[in-house]
Amino acid sequence: MTRPLLDVRDLHVIFRIHSQAAMPWTKPRSLYAVNGVNFTLNQGETLGIVGESGSGKSTLARALIGLADATGKAEWIDGKDLIAMSPRQMMKYRSDIQMVFQDPLASLNPRMTVGQIIAEPLITHRPGLRKAEVKERVKAMMEKVGLLPNQINRYPHEFSGGQCQRIGIARALIVEPKLIICDEPVSALDVSIQAQVINLLIRLQRELGLSLIFIAHDLSVVKHISDRVMVLYLGKVMEIASSTDLYSAPQHPYTQALLSAVPVPDPDFDPTNTVVPLHGELPSPFNPPSGCVFRTRCPRAQARCASEVPLLLGNDQQVACHFPGPLTAAEIARARQSEVA
Amino acid sequence: MALLEIKNLNVRFKTNDGAVHAVNNVDLSVDAGEPLGIVGESGSGKSQLSFAIMGLLAQNGQATGSVTFDGQEILNAPPKVLNRIRAEKIAMIFQDPMTSLNPYMRVSDQMAEVLTLHKGLSRRDALAESVAMLDAVKIPDAKGRVRLYPHEFSGGMRQRVMIAMALLCRPKLLIADEPTTALDVTVQAQIMTLLADLQREFGMAMILITHDLGVVAGACERVAVMYGGRIRELGPVGPLFREPAHPYTQGLLAAIPRVDQNDDELAAIPGSPPNMSHPPPGCAFEPRCTYRRDGCAQQRPALEYFTADRARACFAPLRMFRQAAKPLCCQILMPPQKR
Repeated sequence: MTRPLLDVRDLHVIFRIHSQAAMPWTKPRSLYAVNGVNFTLNQGETLGIVGESGSGKSTLARALIGLADATGKAEWIDGKDLIAMSPRQMMKYRSDIQMVFQDPLASLNPRMTVGQIIAEPLITHRPGLRKAEVKERVKAMMEKVGLLPNQINRYPHEFSGGQCQRIGIARALIVEPKLIICDEPVSALDVSIQAQVINLLIRLQRELGLSLIFIAHDLSVVKHISDRVMVLYLGKVMEIASSTDLYSAPQHPYTQALLSAVPVPDPDFDPTNTVVPLHGELPSPFNPPSGCVFRTRCPRAQARCASEVPLLLGNDQQVACHFPGPLTAAEIARARQSEVA
Repeated sequence: MALLEIKNLNVRFKTNDGAVHAVNNVDLSVDAGEPLGIVGESGSGKSQLSFAIMGLLAQNGQATGSVTFDGQEILNAPPKVLNRIRAEKIAMIFQDPMTSLNPYMRVSDQMAEVLTLHKGLSRRDALAESVAMLDAVKIPDAKGRVRLYPHEFSGGMRQRVMIAMALLCRPKLLIADEPTTALDVTVQAQIMTLLADLQREFGMAMILITHDLGVVAGACERVAVMYGGRIRELGPVGPLFREPAHPYTQGLLAAIPRVDQNDDELAAIPGSPPNMSHPPPGCAFEPRCTYRRDGCAQQRPALEYFTADRARACFAPLRMFRQAAKPLCCQILMPPQKR
């Protein structure tokens, strides 16, 4: 078997938070943002990460590139652990892992021209290059992401949101990375522009053989772009499976609820057949529920769920639930009834 | 007679770069008890349209035309008249519940204030009524929570408080401006179900402004699609989604990835929305349109009814849309401006 590009084992990110009213000598409280996440990412594969806000998806991404302190193991393809590395050792890997951020305009320096922005990673990571060659590569990359090379001397504010996101993608691609982490790259964009950027990402990935970690809260976008999808809830993996399996036959009750909450742009679509409304909201990450973290909102919760933490089991479709299985007609009927009551 | 009648509404903003034409020649009517959706991308003028109705335009904004509510002209009416209509007859909920609630006031005080001002209730009655309304929007333990401050509620609960506050005076029309955009999908589903239930229960008309076609499909009977400050297509939700009659509606529907279907490549609409400080002389969608023909860039199509309840603003003949809905919009994958 070939080695995966990235093998993440038991990743934890804990934030220590001092509440404002507390006395300075009191102990800070621990916020478990990412709580024991395991996954692998193969070369050329796209892994989608979905979850509600506060589920730890962005923190996970930041931990992987060293922007948040983490414990655990994240093994790169050459066998080195990314988490244990010092910033200096990490430098070598930074050109292999690049990131595209959510807010296209805020992630670009307003006082640098597009050419300078895209060239900056190249100058940092490939110091031997001549100036003319850098410019050459920047222009080629601009063309590749659908920007006109003659716009090289413009500033970010002269571009629209979609074009700014293209600049962000060009900046990530210029050092020829193996992995790009996209943190909600299209959620700030309009539908018509969003489709352009998604198509661009898919095309570039195929051309360059990239691996992508694609984080989004929009399940339909993730479905469209991903080979495999990971569902996070309160910093824990609920389900991880190929995108076709996960969307056609979700096994975890949280995945089922999440999927059924997505509005479908089709007035003929009858939600009463599939929709299980999810009541309540995400519990506080300061003291997550004992046992299974989802049990407080789960329609299948039983006594066992409170005492025993479910393990992520299965081969292709991994589920962390004591009572996995497809949604039954009885459950839908019960959910409908409780909603009426 | 229609409850709200908008005729030839225009909104202009004076800026240093010249006038921005945010809303242009909009005609629209809402019947009593009817849920109407307005969809459009950012910059399409959908929010400014609602602000103009409510008299909430920014200082440099100027609205012309006519908006009648129950036969009474309310566009540019003096604040004294508007204040009686706002909250009592027309209420509005906004996108961000945190910035629209007063962070310094307890929820009980904010809600009771509405009732004491508009209905002249005593504080005790106002408080009881507020608790009843919080119950109606399904906030658990409403009696205990009414004394809390807005920051003590979560995002979804804050939006519920906003809705409760808007409904206190039993308005005849509720304008919801992107009510679920800041919320997670699961909470969005809860809020949309709640809004639909309340709208039916109270028998009020609703204008739902959103960029999400999925939300509109689930909640509205009629929908208006806006682009470049104009209504492009108007009609009942079913036929409009099944057989869009405007290239923009068609492109928009094809550009959405779906959870319930497998689609290979998204049919993106090439190019980007027009700059409304220099609106094009012809159809604003012309540069991005696959159906464009001679004259589209010079003349502006008017919104015309082609059946009893469906209208569109486009020169391309209808049968072109009927023939090949999907194949034609897939052709627009290659952006033309890259040449």
